[in-house]
Amino acid sequence: MASSRLLWASRAASYLRISVFHRGFSTVLKDLKYADSHEWVKIEGASATVGITDHAQDHLGDVVYIELPEVGAAVAQGSSFGAVESVKATSDIYSPISGKVVEVNEELNKSPGLVNSSPYEDGWIIKVEAKDANEVNNLMGADDYSKFCEEEDAKH
Amino acid sequence: MRGGGLWQLGQSIRRQLAQADKKSVARRYFASEADLKKTVLYDFHVTHGGKMVPFAGWSMPIQYKDSIMESTVNCRENGSLFDVSHMCGLSLKGKDCITFLEKLVMGDVAALAPGTGTLSVFTNEKGGAIDDTVITKVKDDHIYLVVNAGCRDKDLAHIEEHMKAFKAKGGDVLWHIHDERSLLALQGPLAAPVLQHLTKEDLSKIYFSDFRIIDINGASCFLTRTGYTGEDGFEISVPSEHAVDLAKAILEKSEGKVRLTGLGARDSLRLEAGLCLYGNDMEQHITPVEAGLTWAIGKRRRAEGGFLGAETILKQLEEGPKIRRAGFISSGPPARSHSEIQNDKGANIGEVTSGGFSPCLKKNIAMGYVKSGSHKAGTKVKILVRGKAYDGVVTKMPFVPTKYYKPS
Repeated sequence: MASSRLLWASRAASYLRISVFHRGFSTVLKDLKYADSHEWVKIEGASATVGITDHAQDHLGDVVYIELPEVGAAVAQGSSFGAVESVKATSDIYSPISGKVVEVNEELNKSPGLVNSSPYEDGWIIKVEAKDANEVNNLMGADDYSKFCEEEDAKH
Repeated sequence: MRGGGLWQLGQSIRRQLAQADKKSVARRYFASEADLKKTVLYDFHVTHGGKMVPFAGWSMPIQYKDSIMESTVNCRENGSLFDVSHMCGLSLKGKDCITFLEKLVMGDVAALAPGTGTLSVFTNEKGGAIDDTVITKVKDDHIYLVVNAGCRDKDLAHIEEHMKAFKAKGGDVLWHIHDERSLLALQGPLAAPVLQHLTKEDLSKIYFSDFRIIDINGASCFLTRTGYTGEDGFEISVPSEHAVDLAKAILEKSEGKVRLTGLGARDSLRLEAGLCLYGNDMEQHITPVEAGLTWAIGKRRRAEGGFLGAETILKQLEEGPKIRRAGFISSGPPARSHSEIQNDKGANIGEVTSGGFSPCLKKNIAMGYVKSGSHKAGTKVKILVRGKAYDGVVTKMPFVPTKYYKPS
């Protein structure tokens, strides 16, 4: 419940274009796991959905292109599998989990901005058949990730 | 790996995010942060939500609350106000100041009417570009020029060295570096109507490249009708103690339509306008002819030479340069600087020097250098991004039509 309310808030904020600068208030969802390179993963059985966080999209600004991997490609935890292009920057996307890509979000080819407007739902990037679910233990929970982002922002 | 520039700057945002946990990187970042210079508008930027980043030794806003996309579009629809005080304004004075300057630049400074200016290039002995600059003839014994922040030290050293030699031979020239002034750029269709509220001078009589010393918002300013966006607009050199007031007055008079705009959108705007960024699209080893700035070499200078590197440049004018700067529109991800350019048979023909997504055209645009012959509009090319070849086509620049205010 709490998470859907946050999502609504995040969407409303981006619709109103007020999301660009709310430092330290990026949305973080409870049931996801987070990498320090700012990707999230949602585990549902053997399937793991991967995207970039609200904090990451916020800092990147308008996303104009997503380079997606092929279905069937192998990804490894901590290794790059694609790229996000914003108006100014190119950034690698690192997989938070190892396994095989079983689905890519083709919608992003037409609407890369979904990563900005809905980073945790419509803007998901790949689905992975996870090799080892225990790998999530290397990732942060929501509270740790929120703290991590706050600390990062405080440095700037 | 890179000479600098906004691309890298934008790039560093996420890289810092990803690396902030590595302490050595963080420490290095902090050490440099403390050394950064601040313009008098620094607090004003921060108050207005400016995201400050290191640029050419300065802490400058890369964007404010608006996204780079929004800022870029708003500049062309309404207007933008930029703090460009990091750039270096310089006056050369003395009865021989033009003779002196003409040894260092390729432009016909003598032919400029008082109160007019032009884009020019400081060249080295090999004809390469030391920096690009906007030169204004205030009077026959007073030249005002603005050089890039990132080139300030080397430009000043270069000028000083030649000035010593020139003076030793009895030449009358001296300089003044305008560190007491700040520089604001007001760009876009609302630039003139908004600025008109703040001065009694009739701005409709001041055309593109014209220069006046006039009173604006109660301060004596150097006003040049120029900019770096392709739009009509002004660069206003204002005594630093009046800079914040002027910035506030401009924003207020525009009723919120002119928005504070950072270096991120400034880079998109100049790229759309087909303008070079020194350090990316022009460097020590690139001549003005290769860079497509032949138009800025005066006729008299072509006949007479007499500037550093003239032999190389005049020879290139005669025989044609081997490489040329060209514009590209491409599919796939935006091409960035150092992306390889190939012909349709897959042979290397050059390299991208600036590129990105055009907020106004909603397409990928880029500029770069290719072998002469491959530079003609319509030529099909391949641009390599992360190892994959994407279709591109040579496109005439500016990508977005320029709107300079010229007499009709």
